Amino acid sequence: MAKIIGGITTSHVPAIGRAIAKNLQQDPYWKPFFDGFVPVRKWLAEAKPDVVIVLYNDHGLNFFLDKMPTFAIGAAPEYRNADEGWGIPTVPAFRGDAALSWHLIESLVGEEFDLTTCQEMKVDHAVTLPMALLWPDQQWPVRIVPVCINTVQAPLPSAARCYKLGQALARAVASWPGNERVVVLGTGGLSHQLDGERAGFINKDFDLSFMDSLLTDPTWATQHSTHQLVELAGTQGVELLMWLAARGTLGAQVQALHRNYHIPISNTASGLMLLEPTA
Amino acid sequence: MTNPPPNQPPNQPPNQPPNQLPNQLSKHPPIPGTVIFDGEQAIKGYALNKMCFSFNDAANREAFVADEDAYCARYGLNPQQREAIRARNVLQLIAAGGNAYYLAKFAGIFGLDMQDIGAQQTGLSKAQFQAKLVAANHQPRSV
Repeated sequence: MAKIIGGITTSHVPAIGRAIAKNLQQDPYWKPFFDGFVPVRKWLAEAKPDVVIVLYNDHGLNFFLDKMPTFAIGAAPEYRNADEGWGIPTVPAFRGDAALSWHLIESLVGEEFDLTTCQEMKVDHAVTLPMALLWPDQQWPVRIVPVCINTVQAPLPSAARCYKLGQALARAVASWPGNERVVVLGTGGLSHQLDGERAGFINKDFDLSFMDSLLTDPTWATQHSTHQLVELAGTQGVELLMWLAARGTLGAQVQALHRNYHIPISNTASGLMLLEPTA
Repeated sequence: MTNPPPNQPPNQPPNQPPNQLPNQLSKHPPIPGTVIFDGEQAIKGYALNKMCFSFNDAANREAFVADEDAYCARYGLNPQQREAIRARNVLQLIAAGGNAYYLAKFAGIFGLDMQDIGAQQTGLSKAQFQAKLVAANHQPRSV
């Protein structure tokens, strides 16, 4: 039986890619962010996962407004990225696991999560950069299953729905007959807003409360509508939906093996958590 | 029974212009300085966002730079969208229905980063905008 051995939640802003390309990991601006990943990489080296389920939001690389799924899942043998319009460096292709993807699809649709299934799917910086932070040599030792949650076009799925998606994913993984060790990676946030006169909005108090809540009261954020979450965390800070979905996969009790929070990277308050299920 | 003409939704109330929703879809209170990209914006900005989506491909970025007028005409931008593109003005682009994620690809053509974009929208210099971000470290905790 496959097993979810941990969850990792992290920011994913494109500027991280530029910093990696320019080797700025120890630059004073970037060091507090990149150093946060050292303990996570150490844990991964020991935990040796086989598969990473990546909960992320596409930023207009794979999906356009002609067809905008609320939830989409990859079922491809491999996943590639592209320069996304601003020349972000590309990374080696990720190996997929189509059989596992289809098992997840069967299980999730069976639970009334009516996903869009993708046998071809470009993955953007929201997948590639967190993966490159976890495995800087980009020799991916894992297969991935990308799961995309719409944060481009309102209405967005509710926080409660995203949390339940995570719970359903956990049940799906648990019913897979393989013995894979699975890590769930949720990417996005924390508070930031790129657009409008409110650009540059950061809400440190909310972010820290949200991070605490994932340990003590994991559905705390589901009290808010996505509109309220935009108000509290910014138009892009609402990407915390990915964190909630990831947390939903981990069961009732977790412990934080590591956490980091740093303001700012680019326009964003960056957050990082490594969570391990304990019950 | 004939199909409705292209771009004309069926059952449009007679006093509504085509492709306009009767009202603000959102029943939520507005957030200052923020446009929620909802169905209304998605309809309004479709051509503009479609053009920006095309900038995922380097060849399309080059075609835009080579002949901006022709490229905008190919995507059928309305005058408001064309003017906002001409002005390289992010707030105008948002008002014309632009979505931040697709607009970022337009900004990429000019090598602008998110602090350039933020500074332009807030009327600050880039250095002032960056200082504002750093200052968020000093926000107090409520508990």
